[in-house]
Amino acid sequence: MTIIQTKSSTTNKVLNYPLNAWYVAAWDHEVTRKLISRTVADKPLAIYRAEDGRPVALADACWHRLAPLSQGKLLAKDEIQCPYHGIVYNSAGRCVSMPAQETINPSATVPSYPVVERHRFLWVWLGDATLANPDTIPDMHQMDHPEWAGDGLTIPVTCNYQLVLDNLMDLTHEEFVHGSSIGQAELSESDFEVTHDDTTVTVSRWMHNIDAPPFWLKNMRDKFPGFTGKVDRWQIIHFEAPSTINIDVGVAKAGTGAPEGDRSQGVNGYVMNTITPETARSAHYFWAFMRNYRLESQLITSQLRAGVSGVFKEDEDMLLAQQTAIDANPDYEFYNLNIDAGGLWVRRLIERMLEAEGRTVSAGRTGRVRDAD
Amino acid sequence: MAATNIEVWQQATVVETVAVATNIQRIVLAPTSPKRAEPGSHLDLFVTIDGERHKRSYSVVDSTADGSRVAISVLQAPTSRGGSIFMHAVQPGDTLEITQPLQNFPLRVGAPSYVLLAGGIGVTAIVNMARVLKNLGANYTLVYAARSRERMAYLPELLALHGDRLRVHIDDEGTQLSVAELVGSVDPHAELYMCGPIRLMDAVRRAWRERELNYPNLRFETFGNSGWYDPEEFIVRVPRLGVEARVPAGRSMLEALEDAGVEMMFDCRKGECGLCEVKVLALEGAIDHRDVFYSERQQHAAAKMCCCVSRAVTSPTGLQADAARGPAIVTIAVS
Ligand code: FES
Ligand code: FES
Ligand SMILES: [Fe+2]
Repeated sequence: MTIIQTKSSTTNKVLNYPLNAWYVAAWDHEVTRKLISRTVADKPLAIYRAEDGRPVALADACWHRLAPLSQGKLLAKDEIQCPYHGIVYNSAGRCVSMPAQETINPSATVPSYPVVERHRFLWVWLGDATLANPDTIPDMHQMDHPEWAGDGLTIPVTCNYQLVLDNLMDLTHEEFVHGSSIGQAELSESDFEVTHDDTTVTVSRWMHNIDAPPFWLKNMRDKFPGFTGKVDRWQIIHFEAPSTINIDVGVAKAGTGAPEGDRSQGVNGYVMNTITPETARSAHYFWAFMRNYRLESQLITSQLRAGVSGVFKEDEDMLLAQQTAIDANPDYEFYNLNIDAGGLWVRRLIERMLEAEGRTVSAGRTGRVRDAD
Repeated sequence: MAATNIEVWQQATVVETVAVATNIQRIVLAPTSPKRAEPGSHLDLFVTIDGERHKRSYSVVDSTADGSRVAISVLQAPTSRGGSIFMHAVQPGDTLEITQPLQNFPLRVGAPSYVLLAGGIGVTAIVNMARVLKNLGANYTLVYAARSRERMAYLPELLALHGDRLRVHIDDEGTQLSVAELVGSVDPHAELYMCGPIRLMDAVRRAWRERELNYPNLRFETFGNSGWYDPEEFIVRVPRLGVEARVPAGRSMLEALEDAGVEMMFDCRKGECGLCEVKVLALEGAIDHRDVFYSERQQHAAAKMCCCVSRAVTSPTGLQADAARGPAIVTIAVS
């Protein structure tokens, strides 16, 4: 049977988000005995740790009058007290005390969402809890594996999460946006290869026998002091639905066999990115740069974090400008280039998830003002 | 979870009706705006009694994944307030006005073990939960108690699906449920979900407290329509307003007061919130407290009652009113 694909992905400039998915709500170190409020996929959450260390994510609105629980108080064990009339809930979101009466209304509950702490992040599942399988948490093992070292930050971006995914799936923008650090003309000139399956998309690009751009020359010299000469450079972008992108990046001394698998004469990093939709017009962009050389050097960790942070600031400015232009030109469509193949597969996979959930594919035109973090 | 419980009304076509036990009718509905029914959810619908529209709630027994078919089951009780008579008369092709599934009895995923307890028609709230727990591979026990086998809806299906995990207790067959034994043997970290007559639920609540189990792990849903005594007609008086009204067996005291023109405050109308509270000034007879708002101590004091569900009866032994003694009379003050 021939299936004719009639649907175009270009009509949806910004996408809605699937709910049956794990999203990062916070770094592990942000989850403490002090309450934080964070909106994920338009749901405000109150996030904390119970006394025994277990992380908890409750809807940030009291059953009674919807007062934000995140402004309440943590009590003993796993309990949290509403700041307004003192109703107390446990980590399952069940009322354990109603101060003004002798009994507890059995309907008094707030949603408690499945959470898993993994890869230095707190993952939350907002959709159908019966489908929440921790095995489907994206693979970000480099985050806390003994063979990798590094660190990262969170960028509060004021654009639809899909624009960040587009940005990471096509790195030819580096030449124009990141000219002073990682950009170079060979990026647009070299060929790339795209593959996909039901939940992943991979875009690979190799550049042979080129000059290392400043960022990579510095990394080479950290491992090979005084290095000069040509390099082979790679970028292998791994997308895992709905919004995690880990990019295997590096350079090796030209002609030493890196494309064939011997990376010993090079430096290798992983740019870990997971983008959590906050509202239709904002996202929490969690990233880290992990490396598998000079693991002992905290200086290199700090330098890389600062360097990548500077690069991502350039992306952030562009994404914001792009979102503003999208909203200012509601009647204009997106058009696509050949280089968008990876990004379009990402969109197709996300659209399929949304259709399976019976949710609309396009994110509405009006955005909400982002919550203060 | 007020935000997720917004009533979305829609039309539904009756696609199938079938008797599934003595006086229990299964009704399959095809709604115009389907929504997936979570385990523990119910829907509200309008029944017509004597030409008037009344709202009733029924648990969703099962539904298709996309919610395009939802099944409820209705017991026609001898003391029916009229709603179940209406529901037993519906035929395929009829249309009803129903809400999308609403949720007051959510099943928490991830408990170490579960006990599901169904008493009689209460099984309708439990069937879907049991299926979901089975699909999740959870550690659960399903306990189903009733007076006789003929009155047990879905028994063959439950036996086939749950096998050894199902424990059946039937009064008529001498295998009555012992609440003390059941609660006594519950794993201390288990969550117990129950739906059934108030006597059963009350006994479980008491045993749960006595064993000092974690109270929030005891989950129950009450539709406020079962009591310690059979409902009987009684008289309510409100001296300040000069009102005296009859409360027929098939109507609530709240409804009777509203019918008599008394402006009443209320919210849940099922005995949970306490907003319909009235002060009892005098009483000939006894109060059949059917709410879960008051503590046992407060119910015992009989100084107040939740008039949406609780009633007056002639005798604390539950004997029907006889002509000689006349109906019970409760004299109240309203807010
Ligand atoms: S709003 Fe939380 S107790 Fe009233
Ligand atoms: S209205 Fe809620 S208890 Fe009567
Ligand atoms: Fe970039």
